Amino acid sequence: MRPSELLTLTPSGLYCPQADAHIDPVRPVRRALITHGHSDHARAGHEAVLATPETLAIMAVRYGVDFAGYTQAVRLGETVDLNGVKVSYHPAGHVLGSAQIALECEGLRIVASGDYKRARDPTCAPFEVVPCDVFITEATFGLPVFRHPDTRDEVAKLLASVQLFPERAHIVGAYALGKAQRLMALIREAGYDQPIYVHGAMERLTEFYQQSGVPLGEIRKVQAAERPKLGGAIVICPPSATQDLWARKFPDPVTAFASGWMRVRARARQKGVELPLVVSDHSDWDDLCRTILDTGAGEVWVTHGQEDALVHWCTSRGIRAKPLHMLGYGDEGEVEPDTAGPADAPPVAEAAS
Amino acid sequence: MNRFAELLDRLGYEPGRNNKLRLMTEYFRTTPDPERGFALAALAGGLSFANAKPGLIRALIAERTDPVLFGMSYDYVGDLSETVALLWPSPREVHEPGQPAIGHNRPPPSLAEVIESLQASHRSDLPGLLSRWLDGLDETGRWALLKLITGSLRIGVSARLAKSSVAALGDLEPNDIEEVWHGLEPPYESLFAWVEGRSPRPEATDPAPFRPPMLAHPIDDKDFDGLDARVMTAEWKWDGIRVQAVGGTRPDGRRVQRLFSRTGEDISKSFPDLVEAIDFDGAIDGELLVLREGRVQTFNVLQQRLNRQSVSPKMLVEFPAHVRAYDLLHWGGEDLRPLPFCERRERLETMLGSLENPRFDISRLISFETWEDLAAARANPAEAGAGVDAAAVEGCMIKRADSPYVPGRPKGLWYKWKHDPHVVDAVLMYAQRGHGKRSSFYSDYTFGVWREGAGGDELVPVGKAYFGFTDAELAELDRFVRRNTVNRFGPVREVTHEPDKGLVLEIAFEGLNRSTRHKSGVAMRFPRVSRIRWDKPPAEADRIEILEKLLQREGEAEETPA
Repeated sequence: MRPSELLTLTPSGLYCPQADAHIDPVRPVRRALITHGHSDHARAGHEAVLATPETLAIMAVRYGVDFAGYTQAVRLGETVDLNGVKVSYHPAGHVLGSAQIALECEGLRIVASGDYKRARDPTCAPFEVVPCDVFITEATFGLPVFRHPDTRDEVAKLLASVQLFPERAHIVGAYALGKAQRLMALIREAGYDQPIYVHGAMERLTEFYQQSGVPLGEIRKVQAAERPKLGGAIVICPPSATQDLWARKFPDPVTAFASGWMRVRARARQKGVELPLVVSDHSDWDDLCRTILDTGAGEVWVTHGQEDALVHWCTSRGIRAKPLHMLGYGDEGEVEPDTAGPADAPPVAEAAS
Repeated sequence: MNRFAELLDRLGYEPGRNNKLRLMTEYFRTTPDPERGFALAALAGGLSFANAKPGLIRALIAERTDPVLFGMSYDYVGDLSETVALLWPSPREVHEPGQPAIGHNRPPPSLAEVIESLQASHRSDLPGLLSRWLDGLDETGRWALLKLITGSLRIGVSARLAKSSVAALGDLEPNDIEEVWHGLEPPYESLFAWVEGRSPRPEATDPAPFRPPMLAHPIDDKDFDGLDARVMTAEWKWDGIRVQAVGGTRPDGRRVQRLFSRTGEDISKSFPDLVEAIDFDGAIDGELLVLREGRVQTFNVLQQRLNRQSVSPKMLVEFPAHVRAYDLLHWGGEDLRPLPFCERRERLETMLGSLENPRFDISRLISFETWEDLAAARANPAEAGAGVDAAAVEGCMIKRADSPYVPGRPKGLWYKWKHDPHVVDAVLMYAQRGHGKRSSFYSDYTFGVWREGAGGDELVPVGKAYFGFTDAELAELDRFVRRNTVNRFGPVREVTHEPDKGLVLEIAFEGLNRSTRHKSGVAMRFPRVSRIRWDKPPAEADRIEILEKLLQREGEAEETPA
């Protein structure tokens, strides 16, 4: 069997005809295999969903319990048979419940890794290498300039700032699912024991993490009226909220943002960030390359992100590679911050003072 | 070096002056000598060594990376130093206990080592030194090193701010640091020892030091009631740049001649013609102007000579620099600053009279009996003594005749009475979010005036203003922007600007320059929002012709050299 017979690209996403199943489809389908709970991968409205118990629970938190006609929980390491295709789920290390999905049929194995990282994350199971013939990878940070630093140094930066500016609120933008909770756990590991404040939008997912046995210490929801009193506090909120009216009432806020994009200074400046924290739930360049080699795959498909550089790297090492140019991904998790290119920038006159 | 790099990185993102100060003071407090002294020198712009050219850095990275990947990365990042800092192959630091670090593990160089080696070595040693250091540093360290070594440390810190942060280490004023600064050399160990109370004040041995200038308060209408015109003097306020011209002789007979800006930056390199003319032992406080055939040129002309790294011979001929002296701070080894202004003025007159130096002349006093007299003179400088130079007058200075020269901005001694600013009614076109405390407010406003376009009247942007309003007005403006957005471009919003829908802002500004960078062809100096005209429909805002007329009027005083 050729790889393109086992898995093919349709407008709804990657599709396995023999199993009659899509992986992370962007439109409602009969049977969806979901890698993880980020909204660009896990959408509501499918007839049947197969995912890890955590991912199913996250989808229920986000979309309500009736997000699909039928659900089937597949544990990490477990295999199910769909019309002769062996489908197994393996830890991806991206967020709680995230999985790589392996499809195997007639001796051919394809692994769709969803989003993944190799860096340490106390809030989810670590990535496992699954040897395969075809490895499907994302390339969100697929340029060699993206090399994520040790998260402990980044958290130390935040805590040093809190110590130096004890009267200022430290408002940290972080994605509501995964990044926010990982950051909380890392802050706790660094020894910070004050309550951590959260924006209302991330309250329920944070509670879910805690109920799933991830210790995050004392987490408090920000009450509107107490904002002016939160000098010296760490407040975690969705990235957009840092520039919202919501952020206005905090005392002289330090705007921080936890994201792999913070590696590039111009990106951080465009977002008006004053304290960039390079913390990513995606693989950096070195880990993308290392993982491709580790899987032993002879062929690599690149789903979304900076495909060109990764395809070039594979090709120069004799690994067959092609970009899938998939649309609709990267809408949550680590989307590139909204930027106005020079082409559509307005003619802003500068003061010549 | 890595700690210094962290400081630079953080300073680059921090918009607030006070917060920058605290970051630097904290660094100086926790960093040992001589490291912190070299950091101070780097921040205050007091270092000189052979800079690396971008070509060298490109060559180093080309030996270490795939050219295609480098090209894609540079495209994406857009800054050479940063791209190289990110791409440089380094041993991954392994923090896991019990596991050895991977690869060659060089200790990171200290800033002191970097600067001392750079000053002692030849340009041909650079590639070897640089690659060795880059191997030992982390990403931020590499970025800072490359910025330092290419001479493009742009982090929004002035020499003055850096010195203020040192003053804050002890119980000192920034001017205390200025007084001793020019006698000291990096790494400034005696300075830190003094600031921390461990040793006496360093002796000022520099024969031509900077002396912090005395500044004036803007005068208010009600100030006049309390001021007796008989004990005050007045002179023109010239529209150039305030400078200090200082000359001295070392014990070994060598001459030292320097020109300082009002913030204490040594700007001698940009004005060799003037520095050469400082053939006296003394310190003159005055205004730097361009004079052509004895006539003072406007600021627009002077500006063409400012901020240049090197000055061409042509520039020296076409833009001859000149100092119009206001005050004499030091003469023949004597500190004149404790003397009353009128006595210093007499000494200045005598000194300039005997000097017969064509590069220096005195700023004449305005004779007046009453404040009404002075108001009349200010309204018409040409008739009141400024003559053909009137276009370069930006108001008058009022000084107590008995005032000593006190560094800083002391109360009740000197006042400035500037011309009323120009105003124009313009239409708000775009708004951008501010920084720091203002990061959730749309506080930077691009405004335009009407002009005739191909399809009828259209608005053309003429400037950008981000202050002049109260906090309450800012909240109202922000609300207006949010409710009237028609387009978004990243952090910028386009705001409704139709003849019958939109917001008119009265903009005050100090002058106009011609500009090829701006679509409208004009650039304003010091624009700010002076009033919000909620009452005025955009159709009634001003037209570009008004600005063009003003530009012509200002241009009449400028004579283009033959």
